[in-house]
Amino acid sequence: MSALSDNLVTFAILTYLIAMISHAVEFALGNARTRVAVASPARELVGAGVGGAGGVLPEPPAPVPPTADGAARRARIAGLVAVAATALAAVLHLAALVTRGLAADRMPWGNMYEFVLTVTFIGVAAWLVVLWKRPSLRKLGLFLTLVMVLLVATAELVLYVPIVPLVPALNSYWFVIHVSTIVFASGIFLLGAVPAVGFLMRNGYEQGKRSFPYTLAKRLPSAVSLERLTFTLHAFAFPIFTFAVIAGAIWAEAAWGRPWGWDPKETWAFISWVVYAGYLHARATPSVKRNVATWIAVLGFLTMLMNLFGVNIFFTGLHSYGGLN
Amino acid sequence: MTVVDDRPEAEAPAPRRRPNRLLALLRNSWRQLTSMRTALILLFLLAIAAIPGSVLPQRGISPEKVNQYFVDHPDWAPRLDRIGAFQVFGSVWFSAIYLLLFTSLIGCITPRLRDHVRALRSRPPVAPKQLARLPQHAVLQAPAGGAAAVAEVLRKRRWRVEVRGDEVSAEKGYLKETGNLLFHTSLIAVLIGVALGSWYGWSGNRLLVAGADNAFCNTRQQYAEAKLGPRVDSGDLPRFCLRLDDFQARFLPSGQPEFFNARVTVDGPDEPTRSADFSVNSPLRLADASVYLLGHGYAPVIRYTDRFGNSQVSDEPFLTTGDMGLTSEGLAAFPDANVDPATGKRTPGEQMAFTGIYLPTAPQQAPFVRSEYPTERNPALNLVAYRGNLGLDAGIPGSVYQLDQRQVRNGKVKEIGSKLLRKGEKWTLDDGTTVEFLGTERYVTLSVRHDPGSTPLLVSCGALLVGLMGSLFGRRRRVFFRVAPADPANGSPTGGSSLMEAGGLPRTDYPGFADEFAQLVTAVSGADGAAERAGTDADSSDRAGVREGTE
Repeated sequence: MSALSDNLVTFAILTYLIAMISHAVEFALGNARTRVAVASPARELVGAGVGGAGGVLPEPPAPVPPTADGAARRARIAGLVAVAATALAAVLHLAALVTRGLAADRMPWGNMYEFVLTVTFIGVAAWLVVLWKRPSLRKLGLFLTLVMVLLVATAELVLYVPIVPLVPALNSYWFVIHVSTIVFASGIFLLGAVPAVGFLMRNGYEQGKRSFPYTLAKRLPSAVSLERLTFTLHAFAFPIFTFAVIAGAIWAEAAWGRPWGWDPKETWAFISWVVYAGYLHARATPSVKRNVATWIAVLGFLTMLMNLFGVNIFFTGLHSYGGLN
Repeated sequence: MTVVDDRPEAEAPAPRRRPNRLLALLRNSWRQLTSMRTALILLFLLAIAAIPGSVLPQRGISPEKVNQYFVDHPDWAPRLDRIGAFQVFGSVWFSAIYLLLFTSLIGCITPRLRDHVRALRSRPPVAPKQLARLPQHAVLQAPAGGAAAVAEVLRKRRWRVEVRGDEVSAEKGYLKETGNLLFHTSLIAVLIGVALGSWYGWSGNRLLVAGADNAFCNTRQQYAEAKLGPRVDSGDLPRFCLRLDDFQARFLPSGQPEFFNARVTVDGPDEPTRSADFSVNSPLRLADASVYLLGHGYAPVIRYTDRFGNSQVSDEPFLTTGDMGLTSEGLAAFPDANVDPATGKRTPGEQMAFTGIYLPTAPQQAPFVRSEYPTERNPALNLVAYRGNLGLDAGIPGSVYQLDQRQVRNGKVKEIGSKLLRKGEKWTLDDGTTVEFLGTERYVTLSVRHDPGSTPLLVSCGALLVGLMGSLFGRRRRVFFRVAPADPANGSPTGGSSLMEAGGLPRTDYPGFADEFAQLVTAVSGADGAAERAGTDADSSDRAGVREGTE
């Protein structure tokens, strides 16, 4: 069962890779299309702002010059293939987690490998939900699948540890409550970081920047929609993260005798919480520019990464369950 | 408030002559402090200030690592210490940031609380003249009941409704501001809970060896280290005693722990006598204290028989060295050894001490320095014997777990040999005295704590969460309906019956408002398709943005 889980992870990575390549193909073919559309540059700008006022169609049939029609259709097919591959990869990913949990006879969140695997799964599952509700955001999938490939492969290659039972310190029902919510919130924050970075690039692109990172955003959804998605995801994840930290404090009181002790992991959770709170405040303040607020969200995600990788690898504390020592 | 006074002091010379300028400065400083911009900056300072607390060792968490840092970085450590880098979370600058932040917070929410109470008690405002200018606007056929019927529909949907003649004003979503204020007030309550805990709480750590002779009672002297809050006196500690009766531990073949259980007898004036079990994650809850199991180990029982035939037994705990196999190090000191029973005269140079490494599962062959498994599969005690003046009478505080190395260095204590002992084995030293390894006792590392702030903390955290959700997911919005007199000249499709104009105003960022408004208009008009949306539709551009731009 354990070996099956490991194989499933490998397959999931490959499928994410296929999804990523399909998204890249979609991007590339889309570029061919815009080259034609350059003839009427005004349309792109207007289209992003006002287009589609009537009803919610998944894919508005854009009036494309006939020469580009084939490329557009192929791009669309590539995009749909990418979504299908992402969904398939998510299924494999879930199967890997379930088999890992069955093999270990516990929730698969006992070490860093399992943690990253679950967080990325939550991220991709939430992405599929977003995609189902807002199909038009599909092109963001390139960045998401890139993140998936990177993180899941890192988990597989660097963080992998064989299955062991939980140490007594983790053997508590708070383990399920605290870790599941942390995992869930982290997964949503992970997904939230993708449109945040996408927004920063797209926003620059829409403001006329044509240097390297901004040109990547040419095919991304509009900055407004990316910003909206960024906020929705963060506003959704923040209370869950808050709950998870509080649950952790309750557990810490029972396990270590104090609700909060500034253990490195606690300190970084505090830092992440403060930064994300800063993002929500900045977003709610009209005088703060949206790209400044979004930078704060990206910073928040970096603190989450620091807490996951940095704290587990460089610091020793009470939360040393990474399994890397 | 002291915080605000700080600012003008720095720029004091000029304002003293003109007091109104001082007042203005104060007022401006206060405004500055309570502005969102300042709050954001303080939030970031707080996040940045917390970083050294995770990078550098902290006295409150691991004092031994701080000492090690001083040894490793003799030039840097004192400088860092001066700015409180080893006690970040109690340092002046960290406290300054969060106190400023909370002052800013109070300054921000107090007027908002007042405004919100006022808003809760006031009626929805009069409808604006030009409903068409609102972000949402619709013209619909007026329902038969007119304004009253509209009000009824809105009330059913839990809007706060005010009817003024032909006009209906309604507002909803006060929960957002209520939640927001609750969240921020809870943050203050959390801080108070933490403060209560540190003022009125206390804690103590100690090792407890199994057996009736080793029972301890809850007094400050009985703890290896004790921390009492500033408002706690030694006499305030609840009176109870604990005796470790049994300790069980199970391990996996890999040596990873799987299960712990400690059984103690609780006794004392403040606690009924009883037997109780506790473990990691399930502390022993007493009336005014909790007992936490933090660790465990072995205390070798060592008997030394001196030249006069007198035997003494030591069962001091050997401290674990942190490896999987519970390799433990410790000291058995016999300062009263070799005292002539006839004269009672002490010969300081004849004191005995044994340092040792205890291996619960010793390897099959040398070197015997590392245990292979945490349970006693092949117990062995590697002892080093010392004779001489142990330096215990000098009055210099020393560790009970380590031999005073100064006495070894200055030659007052001499090493006289070493030997590996199995359980029950006896070692005869050069002077004919014997040392015997009788067996081991289990010991546990306990933390006994009381935190009166924990209940307020829990309650305020719950309130914080509820408030946060209200704040994030609540949406304040207003709708207005106005029955317009029929205007045949306009060529109305409804043919002469009265029309109604509706307008909607989301007061907070709310992308779904257009949909809600449309549903509301449909419900009010009572028929599908009667609503005819017009005007600037703020939301449609939003949704268009969400959808792909049509290139």
